Amino acid sequence: MGEATWLNWLLWLPALGMVAVTLLPRGRDSLVRSVTFSCMVLQFFIAAILYQRFDGTVAGLQFATDVPWIRDWGVGYRIGLDGLNVLLVSLTAFLGPLVVAGAWSAVHKDVKLFHVMVLFIQFAMLGTFLAQDLFLFYVFWEAMLIPMFLIIGLWGGERRIYATLKFVLYTAFGSILMLAALIYLVLYTHGSSGYMTFDLRHLSGSQLPLNTQLWLLSAFALSFAIKVPMFPLHTWLPDAHVEAPTGGSVILAGVLLKMGTYGFMKLGFPLFPEAARAMMPVIMTLAVISIVYGACLALVQSDIKKIIAYSSISHLGYVMLGLASLDLIGIQGAILQMVSHGLVAGGLFLMVGMIYERTHSRAVADYGGLAKMLPVFSVFFTILTLASIGLPTTSGFAGEFMALLGAFNAAWPAHLAGNDLPLILAVIAVSGVVLGALYMLWLAQRILFGEARAPHAPLTDLNARETAILVAIVAAIFAIGLFPGEPLAKTELAAREFQQLVAGETIHLGSTR
Amino acid sequence: MNLLTVIVLLPLAGFLLNGLLGRRLGRTFVSVVGCGLPVLAFLATVKAVLLLQAAGPDAALLEVAYRWASFGAQGFDVAFYFDRLTAVMTLIITGVGSLIHVYSTGYMKDDPSYARYFAYLNLFLFFMLTLVLGRSLLVCFVGWEGVGLASYLLIGFWFEDPAKAAAGKKAFITNRVGDAGFLLGLFLLYWALGTVNMDEINAAFAAPVAPAVSASLVGVLLFIGATGKSAQIPLHVWLPDAMAGPTPVSALIHAATMVTAGVYLVARLHGIYEHAPEASQVVAVIGVLTAFFAATIALVQTDIKKVLAYSTVSQLGLMFLALGVGAYGVAVFHVYTHAFFKACLFLGAGSVIHALGGEQDIRKMGGLWRKIPVTFFTFAIATAAIAGIPPLAGFFSKDEILWFALASEHGGSPILWVLGSATSLMTSFYMFRLLWLTFLTPSRMSHDTEHHVHESPLSMTGVLIVLAVLSAIGGFFELPHFLEPLLPMPAVLESLEHYEHTFVFVAVAVALLGLAAATFMYRRGLARGEALAARFPRLHRVLGGKYYIDELFEAVLYRPLHWISDRVFLGLGDRLLIDGSLHGLAALTRRASGRLSRVQTGQLQWYVAMAVVGVVGCLVWVWRHG
Repeated sequence: MGEATWLNWLLWLPALGMVAVTLLPRGRDSLVRSVTFSCMVLQFFIAAILYQRFDGTVAGLQFATDVPWIRDWGVGYRIGLDGLNVLLVSLTAFLGPLVVAGAWSAVHKDVKLFHVMVLFIQFAMLGTFLAQDLFLFYVFWEAMLIPMFLIIGLWGGERRIYATLKFVLYTAFGSILMLAALIYLVLYTHGSSGYMTFDLRHLSGSQLPLNTQLWLLSAFALSFAIKVPMFPLHTWLPDAHVEAPTGGSVILAGVLLKMGTYGFMKLGFPLFPEAARAMMPVIMTLAVISIVYGACLALVQSDIKKIIAYSSISHLGYVMLGLASLDLIGIQGAILQMVSHGLVAGGLFLMVGMIYERTHSRAVADYGGLAKMLPVFSVFFTILTLASIGLPTTSGFAGEFMALLGAFNAAWPAHLAGNDLPLILAVIAVSGVVLGALYMLWLAQRILFGEARAPHAPLTDLNARETAILVAIVAAIFAIGLFPGEPLAKTELAAREFQQLVAGETIHLGSTR
Repeated sequence: MNLLTVIVLLPLAGFLLNGLLGRRLGRTFVSVVGCGLPVLAFLATVKAVLLLQAAGPDAALLEVAYRWASFGAQGFDVAFYFDRLTAVMTLIITGVGSLIHVYSTGYMKDDPSYARYFAYLNLFLFFMLTLVLGRSLLVCFVGWEGVGLASYLLIGFWFEDPAKAAAGKKAFITNRVGDAGFLLGLFLLYWALGTVNMDEINAAFAAPVAPAVSASLVGVLLFIGATGKSAQIPLHVWLPDAMAGPTPVSALIHAATMVTAGVYLVARLHGIYEHAPEASQVVAVIGVLTAFFAATIALVQTDIKKVLAYSTVSQLGLMFLALGVGAYGVAVFHVYTHAFFKACLFLGAGSVIHALGGEQDIRKMGGLWRKIPVTFFTFAIATAAIAGIPPLAGFFSKDEILWFALASEHGGSPILWVLGSATSLMTSFYMFRLLWLTFLTPSRMSHDTEHHVHESPLSMTGVLIVLAVLSAIGGFFELPHFLEPLLPMPAVLESLEHYEHTFVFVAVAVALLGLAAATFMYRRGLARGEALAARFPRLHRVLGGKYYIDELFEAVLYRPLHWISDRVFLGLGDRLLIDGSLHGLAALTRRASGRLSRVQTGQLQWYVAMAVVGVVGCLVWVWRHG
């Protein structure tokens, strides 16, 4: 098999799985689960092989496929791995089996449809990351909406209809603007170069007039900022998380939110570099507001899922800050932080699901002293809490530290040149380090320590399946925290290209002096 | 052989073994692993010290474990660095650490979470060794945060008690505030120098061409980190609460080692502070104020551990005073003597608490010297040592601190000396007050308690004896001289050159005065002290209330933060403005589009179909007009 075939297998395996699961006879729930799980495990192994064989020293796409699809429009089925998506594809493939395993005993209604939808969204997410064609990207981007809509709407909590509508309307609103902008971009390129193409390699670094770039980037940015989500477009997230079933929350926090940050990195900034430079102060400001605002709101929530949801807003603020720094370390930190957040928030949502299965409550006030009652659960919850706080040796630290360092590397030269905004923002961003400890430790203190109590006590501690899921996540968290050099070596070249493309030559780069 | 890496990893192995297997394999296994690996680390350190000594006075051992992350040509290494300063710190950590592990086998004997305790204690050693052995500020920061974690876990060790869990959280978060300063300093140094290796930072500031960054700014930022870890004003509030942890933990983490990390950091980066007179002044002033005010609070405390806790804060303040006047080696000297006598005092207090079945109030003690003589004698020696009675260890280090506070050319001044000496006087007073009230005055115990008082087992008393001996003779080792190749002593003001001996006598007189005053007040019991408190009720209340700093933080930081988060951000921002306008928009659309709204059937097929129609429509339009 050629190398590109592997990547196609990775992408289409979940789609094949959908077909297979659909064809299974009714009522065979455990068979459905096993088939889905096997499919996910298989694609994880393929992704692992691809990750291993991905060469960080080679620029451009690897394992690429490029076949025409709609010739007249210049649309192609173009997929490939590059430094920007290789870690996110691996993360998606890693979380896939864990989502299925995590939902093993949680979903009892329409089991078949649920697993079809999980495979569907896996397919769409991998497609979005792998797409190297704007049209293809958009198709996958929109396709993600359908399974997520159904997962929240059908298996969600009491207010699921409100949550799911809010989610869909927010996202659809952003998507429509992006669609309009991308059509404009393609037509403009068509007008100036004489041929029509959706190929991303030909579209990036466009020579549009700055004013037009600003409009188009705003449209893209709005769509991506909703997905991240960045303040003030974030209010769909807490509702969606609270109402979503565990699997939905894990997919949402683990992968879906990164679509927004990835969108900025892959499309928004490289397509419109001049506009990106002009808009950086705004993006940086919103990123820092998100860090602080999300953390403050996490502080005053009484629902465990909402605390983690708001913490996601805060943590993805670091990603945007790192990207917006246009400093190599900051960009690398942003990429790492995306992966880390996927693991940590994904793991925390899985754990909330595990406890919810036992007690049917997510209210912080219902719990206390779980450390006594559920020692194994508490060990994992503590580790994930610490990773969320960004304690050194965990992945959370590596990402946050590099993103902040990058922000400072960019802020000092600006400060010396008389522009204090980046420095002020970076200093405020550091305060997120304190706030993060405040809300997460308070959560841990309230539910783990004190007098032991919980609804439906006594509870049974984690079983082997649950422990295995968490061991996998915790191992990944420490592996990245202790040896971030390994994944970063795969992304460095792409990060550098991104930096050069977007920053141009005007920005002084602290890290490359 | 990678000796330095081995030193660091030995306690980590202990953590993993005891954490994963300890509960299953039983107490003997836990004790052997928990104490054995720190002892091995100590022996490995001794070997490293011998290697270092053979290499010369200003030599250093260097080991690169691996590259953590690289960015082009630059990168961050996990590397360990061992010079005489590291050697002193590592010997203290593994030496006193091992002793306290042994003591713990007796103290924690009946605790149901014995394995967890030793796992945490080993984890602490691992991070503490990472902190002092790390060559770069980044590795140091890993240890820095890690010891905070271990401290958090151990303060809240008895987590069933919500107050203890809360004390752990408070410690962690207060430390985090300091850590933010540490990070800012680190970022600034990396930008200016392109490296965060501490030896290279010192060299860069010593170079003829000054780095493009203000030494004072960096110095102050890193000092903010130090105030968190080493409990200096205004971030000292966590340390007294940290006494909620088991007493050996208080001895190891909150007296002998972790809290001195800030002192180590400033001494290690003396190259910055030598060129930062303003930052040094800040260090000296914060140090002496902390020393003074903590000592005043210690005067009125009635919990045996709280007295020692405020005493620790105060002694740490004296160390920063020394750092601030450029006497880095003297500060480390006090770290070293303090580790012995304060560990001895805390462990002695632990022995008392153990003997009394958990009682910590000194008003309910007295007359213990007959019943627990070993504890008494060792406690008395350590008390005399901290009070500065010659020729015990504390006398030497404290005398030098006060001398340089007055006479150093690097910022010495009479005001610093007066405040420092006043602290010294109070130290002597409150420590002998403690000794009288606990051991010597007639018993105030209930008959029932008195009946059960017993001396601690050999594992505990043996450690007390070793530490008491070290507290007695430790001062004869001239540590500042040993460190001088790395940490030069500051020059002395010419006008004072010939008066050094005079001031030694003054220092001794001050210590004896404190002893005499405490004896006068407390020889017979509580009465005279209570009468004095009754004469100055307001002052007594302020001291007892610790100047109400906790309440102040609560009122100006914590509550406003909650209020703004809850009312402004959540209520006004999220609910009213953002969601409110969204809901408004939705309602408006619904009303305005009257008939059209029937399209909203709530059925999924409809929405999907509409979306498809919309997309197709757009595409057709584009195709036509493109």
